Amino acid sequence: MAEIHGEGIGQGVAQGPVALMSAPLEAPTDAPSTRTPDEEKQAVAAAVSATAAELNARGERAGGSAQDVLEAQAMMAEDPTLLEQVHERIDQGATAEYAVHVAFAAFAEQLKALGGYLGERAADLADVAQRVIAHLRGVQAPGVPDPGHPFVLVAADLAPADTALLDLDQVLAVVTTDGGPTSHTAILAREKGIVAVVGTGEASFTEGETVIVDAANDAVVTDPTDEQLAEAAERAAARAAAAAAPVTPGALADGTAVPLLANLGSPDGAAEALELGAEGVGLFRTEFLFLSSDEAPSVESQKESYRRLLEAFAGKKVVVRVLDAGADKPLPFLTDVEEENPALGRRGIRALQHREQILRDQLTALAQADAETDADLWVMAPMVATVDETEYFTSLAKELGLKTTGVMVEVPSSALLAEEILRHADFASIGTNDLVQYTMAADRLLGSVAHLQSPWHPAALRLIKMVADGGAVNGKPVGVCGEAAADPLLAVVLAGLGVQTLSMSPSALADVRAELARHTLEDARRIAQAALAASNADSAKSAARAAA
Amino acid sequence: MATRTVTIASSHGLHARPAKLFSEAAKNSGQTVTIAKGDGAPVNAASILGVISLGANTGDQVTLTVEGDDAEGVLDQLATMLETDADAE
Repeated sequence: MAEIHGEGIGQGVAQGPVALMSAPLEAPTDAPSTRTPDEEKQAVAAAVSATAAELNARGERAGGSAQDVLEAQAMMAEDPTLLEQVHERIDQGATAEYAVHVAFAAFAEQLKALGGYLGERAADLADVAQRVIAHLRGVQAPGVPDPGHPFVLVAADLAPADTALLDLDQVLAVVTTDGGPTSHTAILAREKGIVAVVGTGEASFTEGETVIVDAANDAVVTDPTDEQLAEAAERAAARAAAAAAPVTPGALADGTAVPLLANLGSPDGAAEALELGAEGVGLFRTEFLFLSSDEAPSVESQKESYRRLLEAFAGKKVVVRVLDAGADKPLPFLTDVEEENPALGRRGIRALQHREQILRDQLTALAQADAETDADLWVMAPMVATVDETEYFTSLAKELGLKTTGVMVEVPSSALLAEEILRHADFASIGTNDLVQYTMAADRLLGSVAHLQSPWHPAALRLIKMVADGGAVNGKPVGVCGEAAADPLLAVVLAGLGVQTLSMSPSALADVRAELARHTLEDARRIAQAALAASNADSAKSAARAAA
Repeated sequence: MATRTVTIASSHGLHARPAKLFSEAAKNSGQTVTIAKGDGAPVNAASILGVISLGANTGDQVTLTVEGDDAEGVLDQLATMLETDADAE
């Protein structure tokens, strides 16, 4: 056996045969063909129709909007205009592979030049070209493998397009060599409760070999012994049993309540969150209402979505974050065209303040939905950096009829000013992903700086403590709604630092609930002290483990 | 040969799903169909890439040309598609 270390996502463990994500194909060369043009054209026809059939079949399995995208890709593979251009190049003596490569690339360039939506289709076209070339070469197409049985997916990292198509009944676990705890893979794994270890670095796996993916221990075990396999199976079964246990409100062993809330991105997730024991919503992201449109949605249509959400959580707390646009989520009607460095640009509350009508409409829709329902609605602003922004947002929200108004703490300045900020805000919610990104000056989506992105870093923990202390001084509640809350041991640390509520992907609720119940408030404070005193993220985690 | 000029109704222009549905219908008609935006050059309507690269948006005028046995019938069907907001369904 051998152990490969990475960053475990969640607390799961799984075992199964490895299926490797195929690497991108090498570009074909322009060496002249040794076959006749007719032979090359026949090869293209066969490859194109096989590709289209494969994409259509995938579409049928995926269903929904993914099916439309895949069927459109199938049509691109068989596109007559494109085929004419492929034939033209073959007639000039090119190989089928090279003709396909060049013709598709030329069209992709044309789409890219048109920009916007059409520019994005260029990537779809490049994917189709790779599939056709793979068929011509008789090799596996790049992308998520489909070995026909459940497997452990091993990849460098997964693109959003790959994750959208993952068949969760087939994927036992995911291992990535690149990518940190905030990569797309990690976010998907948390959301869907997939067992995952990310960022293993240079590690080699063999197609079909059996491995144990042990997220709880941040490791992948290759060539496992029978005892290890049995132990892993036992732990997986115990965890499944714990998840099936009746849900109780989040609390420490001494009875100190730590309400466990859900992070949601649309009202559709409400039923599942409640089933998993969410005691309310700690972060409702409203971007989904805005992302698909060219202009801001009307007050009326927004109100309808909020009403659906609030009705599902009648009698419970629901914290809604107003639109968080900019950086990785630009919106045509809100964000400025080009920013050199959008993560540090006019995003979050800065963008809303600049286009105040959008904020006013959203707050009005929320107030109207609140008036018609029985949930306890709290509203907060994203990316608040100053006391002035806090005053601006909370007073505007109050003016428009909202009762409980607060801020998200994602920028280190607002943690440093927490005491002053919480004099004006009714509450604060800490977004740990961005707080870590800005504290460590490490892009949360960049694998090469993944080692700096841990919410366990004492620099982040100390800022979180400042916010909790600022809340205590003013008698205002402080919660955490970043992925940090989904890490069971870190959740205990957060409770020990004085954080009162924890909000996470619903799939993490069971593990966090179970871990909190193992420690008293006094224990949690001691564990938090041990982590705070460490000098880096790894030692903070080890110190917490030793103290727990 | 039959020709008609229609206005695009789909709220997202002739992209994505509407482009796919339109191109599919043009192909399934079995006849030679072209589409041109404004005074631009006509492209093969059965070519999804040709259709989306027109970059036709809501309110743009496009000209359809059909050659074949049931040119008018096919023209009716395709024109109706373009004049309906498929995304609103």
